[in-house]
Amino acid sequence: MAKKLALIASKGTLDWAYPPFILASTAAALDYEVCIFFTFYGLTLLKKDVSDLKVSPLGNPAMPMPVPMPNLVQMLPGMESMATMMMKQKIADKGVASIEELRSACLESGVKLIACQMTVDLFDFKQDDFIEGIEFGGAATFFEFAGNSDVSLFI
Amino acid sequence: MDFDKEVDAKNLNCPLPILRCKKGLNELLGNQVLKIMATDPGSVKDFEAFCKQTGHTLLQLDQTDKVFTFYIKKRNDTL
Repeated sequence: MAKKLALIASKGTLDWAYPPFILASTAAALDYEVCIFFTFYGLTLLKKDVSDLKVSPLGNPAMPMPVPMPNLVQMLPGMESMATMMMKQKIADKGVASIEELRSACLESGVKLIACQMTVDLFDFKQDDFIEGIEFGGAATFFEFAGNSDVSLFI
Repeated sequence: MDFDKEVDAKNLNCPLPILRCKKGLNELLGNQVLKIMATDPGSVKDFEAFCKQTGHTLLQLDQTDKVFTFYIKKRNDTL
């Protein structure tokens, strides 16, 4: 029987969008059955347009910067957009997949994507905001799958 | 070495070479051989791990000029 991977994706920034989609698509390639439950800010990763995901250097001292930059400078208008632009350039230069590409790979390989219905209501999102081929459910829906999973991670 | 399909995964980073490999294998029959080229140094370990977990056989690994070429025989499910 196939192994199972259950993930919770709770973050919606460009950098944190990677781990769930990388792990899920790779596990699917390894013949795992995979389910990702998208909750709170993670829900953003299921929107039709993910080209506006951003990364913020603010409060993240581990983020490599070309020159040392104190928080006071990073909070200036435009810094977040600049950091995002630089990150996207690096991603393209290094042959790292885009989020769209990894998400498509997940969908193609049958990864089950579940949007947290409570968060949809909380943030006044509409089901129409999201891509096709996903399910809407709550914590119990996640546990129906996660309860029998071999690997379960919160991201 | 003879092969039935060739996939170019050069200049792609993790996990794309593995995803391309899986896609390529999907288009083959059991016991057919996939040739796949990658430049990601991490792919050497990853392809070994991929084959070990999925039951496909890594027949050969060549390295020239930072390009790794893997020959992978697809698992025969009819057995």
